Amino acid sequence: MSMFPETLIGGLLAGTMYSLVAIGFVLIYKASGVFNYAQGSILLFAALTFVSLTDQGVPALVAIAITIALLVLMAIAIEKLLLRPLTNRSPMTLFMATLGLSYLVEAVAQGIMGSQVRALDLGIDDLPVFVGDIMISQFDLIAAGVALALGIGLSLLFNRTRIGIQLRGVADDTRAALSLGIDINRIWQIVWAVAGIVGLVAGLLWGARQGVQFSLSLVVLKALPVLIIGGFTSIAGAIVGGLIVGAGESLAETYLGPFLGGGITPWFAYALALVFLFVRPAGLFGERQIERV
Amino acid sequence: MTTPTPPALEVKNVSLSFKGVKAIADLSFQVEAREICALIGPNGAGKSSLLNILNGVYVPDSGEIIFEGEHFRRMEPLEAARRGIGRGFQNNALFSGMSVVDNVITGLSRHSRLTLVEEMFRLPRARHEERRFRERAHEVLHLFGLDRHAATIVGTLPYGVQKKVELARAIVAEPRMVLLDEPLAGMNAAEKQEIAAVIARLNRELHLTIVLIEHDIGIVLELAHHVVVLDYGRKLADGPPETIRDNPDVIAAYLGTERAEIAA
Repeated sequence: MSMFPETLIGGLLAGTMYSLVAIGFVLIYKASGVFNYAQGSILLFAALTFVSLTDQGVPALVAIAITIALLVLMAIAIEKLLLRPLTNRSPMTLFMATLGLSYLVEAVAQGIMGSQVRALDLGIDDLPVFVGDIMISQFDLIAAGVALALGIGLSLLFNRTRIGIQLRGVADDTRAALSLGIDINRIWQIVWAVAGIVGLVAGLLWGARQGVQFSLSLVVLKALPVLIIGGFTSIAGAIVGGLIVGAGESLAETYLGPFLGGGITPWFAYALALVFLFVRPAGLFGERQIERV
Repeated sequence: MTTPTPPALEVKNVSLSFKGVKAIADLSFQVEAREICALIGPNGAGKSSLLNILNGVYVPDSGEIIFEGEHFRRMEPLEAARRGIGRGFQNNALFSGMSVVDNVITGLSRHSRLTLVEEMFRLPRARHEERRFRERAHEVLHLFGLDRHAATIVGTLPYGVQKKVELARAIVAEPRMVLLDEPLAGMNAAEKQEIAAVIARLNRELHLTIVLIEHDIGIVLELAHHVVVLDYGRKLADGPPETIRDNPDVIAAYLGTERAEIAA
């Protein structure tokens, strides 16, 4: 009788991995109004850098510090070379720019660090633990804990600090924010750097699961339905959206799979997102009107 | 009203066009320190465009802006804010999902002296500054009689109250000059009188130089020390309210039938 709770819990925990990826999008969408297609490449870049460093014998913590430093530099470069010249252009222009950016980052990362699959060992045993008679993956449990901690930390940052107030100001009305002396360029740099670090965390966890290679950048495609369900502008939405997608996939595979001949996981999230687009286009936590001036 | 001190603001031969359509043509005028200068004129006369040039949203095709003795070919919005040019927008540009007090706190951004690290980890200096800003925001809310709305989400308040919040946000950082785009629009007569009184008081007590756009001629003549009339991007008249009221060009172009009401 433990099949239902086990499927549900396993799905929810796996869902937090989707949430992690989605949070990176939400941050940038909130601050600069752009769907950052390059988030997946940045995630790949971060994981690849970490693996390359540890393969050279660099201690894990040092490797993380170096990777974060590179991500911060990258955020500053993106703001100066990409966002600033394109200020006040249409969201579509910005989206196309991030599309280009994603190819650039991917190519440079693979050009320097190679494109073969790398194993990434975080030192977490993927042994199941039992709660009562429910079997839970230890790795999933830790990943979920990390995702939750990150979500709470970011929510505190954005709701309790003045950076957060400024960020929300920029997101709400860029023109007014500028007129008040809020340094938009600085806010963008901060947000892209934070999104990069979120990408690093997601990249490490997904990389440990799948190995670090090109296909890691494709996890962004799984973030899309999460964002549609949770809303593009809410971190809480990204977390809840991830949980819904994770649990939905897992339950659908177990209970609908036998009738539909299996293979539900790859498309279930998109079908669910489609339903949301009909019923609640702004997502569960999104702002009703997604429009920028 | 002539003063020996140099003007707070000088607009010199400024022109602006959008895709070939002239919005402002070779416009020059001065705003004295501590005066209330009203920009009036029909819709499309270039009033809002001018404010947008003054705080750097638009870049003029030619001409220059002299603010407190410094010459600018163009203003940058951030630069304008840092030099103490505050701004209120035509349709409220409040951050509607935030509380009233948080909105006002954003107005203090130009006074922040924190580094990123201090802010992120809420080091003592950051906590101190935050407390100071919060106190300052509450002071200003008190000035506007908004104390009881401090924690309310701005978007849920009536329009008239929102206008006051926007004004509070524009002046909280103690700007040198504030640009207000129709601060009285969409209000009933009683609200208009109330806000006009607040504006007059800010000017009198805080010695704030104010440039405002307003359509209610009665209030303009009452409130302003100096009126600049624009029509099709050109300056039609410029002077104290008394002379504007009697200027035949202005009457023809703008006041029209309202002339009778004013005389009455």
